Amino acid sequence: MFDHFVVPNLQPAASEIFLLVMALAILLIDLFVKDSRRTVIFALSVLTLLGCAVIQYAGSAFVTGVGETTYTFSNMFVDDLMSDMLKLFLYLTVIIVLFYSRAYLVDRSEMNKGEYYVLLLLATLGMMVMISANSFVTVYIGIELLALPLYAMVAMNRQSLAASEAAMKYFILGALASGLLLYGMSMIYGATGSLEITAIAERLANGDVNGNLLAFGLVFLIAGLAFKLGIVPFHMWIPDVYHGAPTSVTLLIASAPKLAAFAIVMRLLVNGLHPLAGDWQVMLMIMAVLSMAIGNLAAIVQTNIKRMLAYSAISHMGFMLLGIVSGVVDGNARLATEAYSSSMFYVISYVLMSLGAFGMILLLARAGFEADTLDDFKGLNQRSPWFAAIMMMLMFSMAGIPFFVGFFAKFSVLMFVIAAGHTWLAIVAVLFSLIGAFYYLRVVKLMYFDAPQDKTPIVDGPDMRLLISVNGVAVAALGLFPQFIMALCVISLRYSLG
Amino acid sequence: MSTYPLLSLAIWLPIAAGVIVLLTGSDRNAPLARRLALVGALAGFLVTIPLWAGFDTTHSGMQFVEMGSWIPRFNINYHLGVDGISMLFVILNAFITVIVVAAGWEVVTQKVAQYNAAFLIMSGLMNGIFSSLDGVLFYVFFEASLIPMYLIIGVWGGPNRVYAAFKFFLYTLFGSLLFLLALIYLFVHSGSFSILDWHELPIALGPQIWIFLAFLIAFAVKVPMWPVHTWLPDAHVEAPTGGSIVLAAIALKLGAYGFLRFSLPIAPNASHELAPLMIALSLIAVVYIGFVALVQADMKKLVAYSSIAHMGFVTLGFFMFSALGVEGALVQMISHGFVSGAMFFCIGVMYDRVHSRQIADYGGVVNTMPKFAALFMLFSMANAGLPATSGFVGEFMVILGAVQFNFWVAFAAAISLILGAAYSLWMYKRVIFGAVANEHVAKLSDINGREFAILGVLALCTLWMGLHPQVFTEVMHASVNGLLDHVNSRIH
Repeated sequence: MFDHFVVPNLQPAASEIFLLVMALAILLIDLFVKDSRRTVIFALSVLTLLGCAVIQYAGSAFVTGVGETTYTFSNMFVDDLMSDMLKLFLYLTVIIVLFYSRAYLVDRSEMNKGEYYVLLLLATLGMMVMISANSFVTVYIGIELLALPLYAMVAMNRQSLAASEAAMKYFILGALASGLLLYGMSMIYGATGSLEITAIAERLANGDVNGNLLAFGLVFLIAGLAFKLGIVPFHMWIPDVYHGAPTSVTLLIASAPKLAAFAIVMRLLVNGLHPLAGDWQVMLMIMAVLSMAIGNLAAIVQTNIKRMLAYSAISHMGFMLLGIVSGVVDGNARLATEAYSSSMFYVISYVLMSLGAFGMILLLARAGFEADTLDDFKGLNQRSPWFAAIMMMLMFSMAGIPFFVGFFAKFSVLMFVIAAGHTWLAIVAVLFSLIGAFYYLRVVKLMYFDAPQDKTPIVDGPDMRLLISVNGVAVAALGLFPQFIMALCVISLRYSLG
Repeated sequence: MSTYPLLSLAIWLPIAAGVIVLLTGSDRNAPLARRLALVGALAGFLVTIPLWAGFDTTHSGMQFVEMGSWIPRFNINYHLGVDGISMLFVILNAFITVIVVAAGWEVVTQKVAQYNAAFLIMSGLMNGIFSSLDGVLFYVFFEASLIPMYLIIGVWGGPNRVYAAFKFFLYTLFGSLLFLLALIYLFVHSGSFSILDWHELPIALGPQIWIFLAFLIAFAVKVPMWPVHTWLPDAHVEAPTGGSIVLAAIALKLGAYGFLRFSLPIAPNASHELAPLMIALSLIAVVYIGFVALVQADMKKLVAYSSIAHMGFVTLGFFMFSALGVEGALVQMISHGFVSGAMFFCIGVMYDRVHSRQIADYGGVVNTMPKFAALFMLFSMANAGLPATSGFVGEFMVILGAVQFNFWVAFAAAISLILGAAYSLWMYKRVIFGAVANEHVAKLSDINGREFAILGVLALCTLWMGLHPQVFTEVMHASVNGLLDHVNSRIH
């Protein structure tokens, strides 16, 4: 009866399994931990992620030297160099998120529960599954595993009306997007007869598919992806959720999921539907331009910095897409991997900057006070020159001014946009960057040119101070020496996308 | 030739000094910050001296070359070097930094460490611009130098400083972003970011025109040329004295330098095709802006407009493609560095005492500040282009070049000598001469030792260059001829 049951190769999913076990263990341990000793749960969560990182690193080509792609669970799960690299960045990101949020959560005891940490770990697991998905089913499981904990985390502060509203919007729009995605997947399944991404690619290459059905499915698939990336016209949730969610949750939503969203774009569109590049490139190109336009223009009028950064996130994701639409030129995919790697570099740089910027809001927040309006940054240079300098570096980096990593992110994407011959697209992109520079400069203006409204000293612990300093310095250091991360992106995509 | 990485030192020493100055922290340590800044600026100046001492004037190519791989992913190198065109600007920049640190000594009392650090860091970045031989390296320095200037205008500037700082930043960023696209385009077609490789790159006329226009937007904003000059008067008026000095003496030169390093050699055909446009724009700057300067009521605005007119001479000199014109333009750039720096410092001296820059608020200053009046006279004369001052040499060479090129161009350019004399000397007359105008002027105290030293050094430079310009031109000679030969040989 059990003849057909083969134990799958668990090794490629070792870190996922570890994380799941630990998340459940933490849920149990939390029953025995008093509210005042919540640090134990925090420490266990950090250790879990560190453990994941060690497992991931030990099993990756960085150690074994074999850049081989392995499939497991009946080809539903893939472990390749891209997934190793993105997951390592993911663990780092989530660890930073945990550290940045710690003081904020301690000040807000209604959120500082064991569930918060468990939900965060489960969301991380969802992102890991997304990164390693090689089947529509796995993609969907990953997306839901990420989204459901996030809905709960946004609503965690039950007293906050804004948070409840944000959670509701997020949930409804998220459910709609999942529906669209599933609908698109079912049609692609209908056209190709497979849910497995690599198998779909093979069938497309053979050409025996129903073109109309496929194109129809692609549209829905793109819509679902666009929602997860937060690009126009599926961006409506971003400002509301970023604004309404507790800042510690915004920090999470604004950072790590971008890595996972990039990964599923690679899995679905490049690993799976690359022969359709001509079709999806046009769609993404339009969405990219609209995202840069609406993101940058709407950010100008915001008074809330979380909302401003939300629109900035929309424009950044639009810019990032420019690399993805520049891979295949007239059916020639010669530069494709390189172009996608520039987008990957962009995402990683963006996550680093986004972490720093939201971390800074958390740094300025204290018990009973959210430093989430732009005016809260007034005169920061007088309150703390060092943190003002860090924030300035982050803002200039987001604006794409050298010597900060954001410049090289934009630079490498533009490189492939021009190499692909889309000069007009590059001009549009830089003109919207110019508009975008205005609102980043305004933050610098508030910090440096204006007098402080609030003279409360910044009281966060040394871990937070150190980490956010490292974050800011990293933005500058990677701007001076971007080669290492750039090369990692190229190598990992070269192995993973072939 | 020295084996020390002199250019790297010229770039990174001031930046490192700036970071050290920042570490002194709050204004309680202001005296320490000032002293450290002066030491840093002097050290930064001293390391540039061997560039001149060891310079081979017979050689037209790059000297003191440093080469290292920076971002191999895109074949971007840390490639530095100077020729006769750029070398003097590195020294001028380092020299002006010393002046600026000294100029802010007692005057700046708020956030002293940050003030001095901003200037030191900017000095290093601008040295980077003048010595980069890699397109991306150039661009990175070019754009990064906006950040300290933005802060200088915004933090220590006048009442309308926020507007001026934003205008300055966004205007310049607009130009440089299209420049960046042109750089990437060149890379895509050559596989290299080396400026020297691009000089040899054959490009058809059509793309050359586009490249030239992309360069033009970046450099014209920076120079600034009419009609994209409007940010400069705002920036000058609102900037603190030191900021105005650096803007006028160095930052404006970056755009003009860009024409020589990028536009002419990379797009020689387009440069020739569009030379009439460039000459027309330059003449508008020279004549029209000269008239605009005449009617200014604010001294800083007047000098700002006069800077635009003087820079019109520079671009005029470049686009006549004669050695006389280009060398004259280069001399004019260096001379303008001394003279406009000194003019802004003079206005700063008066502003520190009276807190007004309006010409109408002065009159009869000579009665209370005789020493100052004498030195200010020299710089006003130099600004007007009086023989024996540096201001004369450049303008004269450019006009000579223009006569060879076209009589009417020379005629129009020569009008500026009259206009220059008119606005400079008329301002001087209204401010300095006459009876003591009001009680503020009556209470003025003459310049102190520090101010005298600064003005004295600048006066010596102005006279030295006016009386003995060969020292400067012989350095440029080989490189300018090399550049023009190169441009002419590539025209088809």
